[in-house]
Amino acid sequence: MATIIQAKNLSKIYKTDVLETTALSDVSFEIKKGEFVAVMGPSGSGKSTLMHIIGALDTPTSGTYILDGEEVQKLIDDELSDIRNRKIGFIFQAFNLLPRTSALKNVMLPMIYAGIPKAERLERAKKYLEMVGLGDRMEHASNQLSGGQQQRVAIARALVMNPAILLADEPTGNIASAQAEEIMAIFQKINDEGHTIVMITHEAGIAEHAKRIIHIRDGKIIKDGNDHKQRKIRN
Amino acid sequence: MEYTEIITEAIGTLTVNKLRTGLATLGIVIGIGSVIALVSLGQAGQQAVESQIQSLGSNLLTVSPGSTSQGGIRSAAGGATTLTLADAEAISTSPQITTIEKVSPEYTSRTQVTTGRTNTNTQVIGVTPTYAEIRNITLASGNFISEQQVNSIAKVAVLGPTVVTNLFGEGANSPRFAGEAGPIGQTIRINGQTLTIIGITNSKGGTGFQNQDDIVWVPLSTAQKQLFGADHVTSIALEAKNPDVMVDAQNEVGYLLLARHKLSDPAQADFSIFSQQDILGAASQITGTFTALLSGIAAISLLVGGIGIMNIMLVTVTERTREIGLRKALGAKKKVIITQFLIESIILTFVGGVIGMVLGIGISFVASSFINLPFTLSSSSVLLAIGVSASIGILFGWYPAQKAANLQPIEALRYE
Repeated sequence: MATIIQAKNLSKIYKTDVLETTALSDVSFEIKKGEFVAVMGPSGSGKSTLMHIIGALDTPTSGTYILDGEEVQKLIDDELSDIRNRKIGFIFQAFNLLPRTSALKNVMLPMIYAGIPKAERLERAKKYLEMVGLGDRMEHASNQLSGGQQQRVAIARALVMNPAILLADEPTGNIASAQAEEIMAIFQKINDEGHTIVMITHEAGIAEHAKRIIHIRDGKIIKDGNDHKQRKIRN
Repeated sequence: MEYTEIITEAIGTLTVNKLRTGLATLGIVIGIGSVIALVSLGQAGQQAVESQIQSLGSNLLTVSPGSTSQGGIRSAAGGATTLTLADAEAISTSPQITTIEKVSPEYTSRTQVTTGRTNTNTQVIGVTPTYAEIRNITLASGNFISEQQVNSIAKVAVLGPTVVTNLFGEGANSPRFAGEAGPIGQTIRINGQTLTIIGITNSKGGTGFQNQDDIVWVPLSTAQKQLFGADHVTSIALEAKNPDVMVDAQNEVGYLLLARHKLSDPAQADFSIFSQQDILGAASQITGTFTALLSGIAAISLLVGGIGIMNIMLVTVTERTREIGLRKALGAKKKVIITQFLIESIILTFVGGVIGMVLGIGISFVASSFINLPFTLSSSSVLLAIGVSASIGILFGWYPAQKAANLQPIEALRYE
């Protein structure tokens, strides 16, 4: 399997006038195509920082980060935007859909920034909304949907550019547990279709859906379990 | 990403968020509308004052008979009868006088004017045709006193609108009445003489000194010979060529009259020349005050309008910092985001500007007709209002947008 993410000696140090905080220190790991990885850790462990670096939302203080063959740590702002657009599909805890805007338009947004022609945008957005089970709610404004439905719109939006990785930050943190299971079922389905998923969570029950769990604490990887038995059996 | 796509996205955002768009537009409408309305009203006031001053005649000199001293007894000012028609003719023909354009000898007296049924006490002025030119008299109907009528001592009279109302009742000045000939052709009696009405003047309004509408004008010769039996004039109005030569004109006329009256000492002068220098001074002071007031009003309303626009733009754009973070996370480049927000600001200020302009013009039109001011609209004030407000709107739409676009997307996403 091809390597999608190659992180070598990643460190992130936040500096204020008086204080230096090390959020990540010397973290190295690799993620291969088709993996479903959960990053676990208590708050303040550095997992959010790691997620921001993996998501090209932030750059490391030192170390190298190669995403799908491109060295991310050297890139400037607009190049990072481009990388995020083409290679990363974000799923946020707070959904982050455009308010009062239809599901369809929300899903089309990344394709607008990629310069994809309108007809193709519409076709692809519809395809992915149907895939997440919202074929009958495409014209609903985001605020007219339930939490679970909003997160499914976000998943469709993340998939629509066919990114190298799907990056989910506490994807079930803001939704009811029954709906959370549905979201995880969709995650497993798209993982089975070959999409690489990196999911940040602090809930062990959610992390169990992944094939591999990276435990992080005090900015360091303390356990990297590539254990298939951990995966919950779907029924 | 193409510009048409960005424009579509900007319009989409504006139409989806109707309340926000409406509030921002309202802010701009009020900002621009109030500036235009205030400045336009201020200018209307200034124009009204200027035209009232203008109607007095700004380069006017008045020669009145002064006091005479005979054997140490000084008579009341204006009581002398030393000023004659010949003096007036000398002023208009003398080669020494170079600065006077028009000369209007006048004989003024207060007396009773009657028709068959009604009567009124009013001012009767004997004049020559020059009077109308100097005093800016215009006629609502009929004609003013002609040269020929002065020469032939014609028994004709021109009435001010107040006199018409007093003698013929309310409505006698109305166009309908005038269309049916009205008072013209009818007769009035003054001191036992019957005079035919040949004209009615337009209203000039009271100007503080006297009611310019409550006057009966007759030919100078008629006033002197038929009505009052006098051969002197009570004043001579002079119009200087321009306001700058008022002092020269005063001196020229003064020396000429001293010579004609065989007086060597100016202190002995049996006449006085009242220039309207005082009025001119007051006028320039008033217009100066108005200009300052107007600039103040414009500056304050621009400031208030500008701050309003600034606030609404700052708030609406800052509120969207999270949205900007999201757009960046999904792959929008800085330039694309800033362009979109700039286009939104331009659309808002343009739409708000047009509505505000219409509203401001409408308000000043209604208000000026309510408080009886001439409606004025200067394109410079409209341009100033729209120019300043639009640049403020665009600047404060752009500024927070570019600030948010320069944030790390993750910081913008966390923004509360």
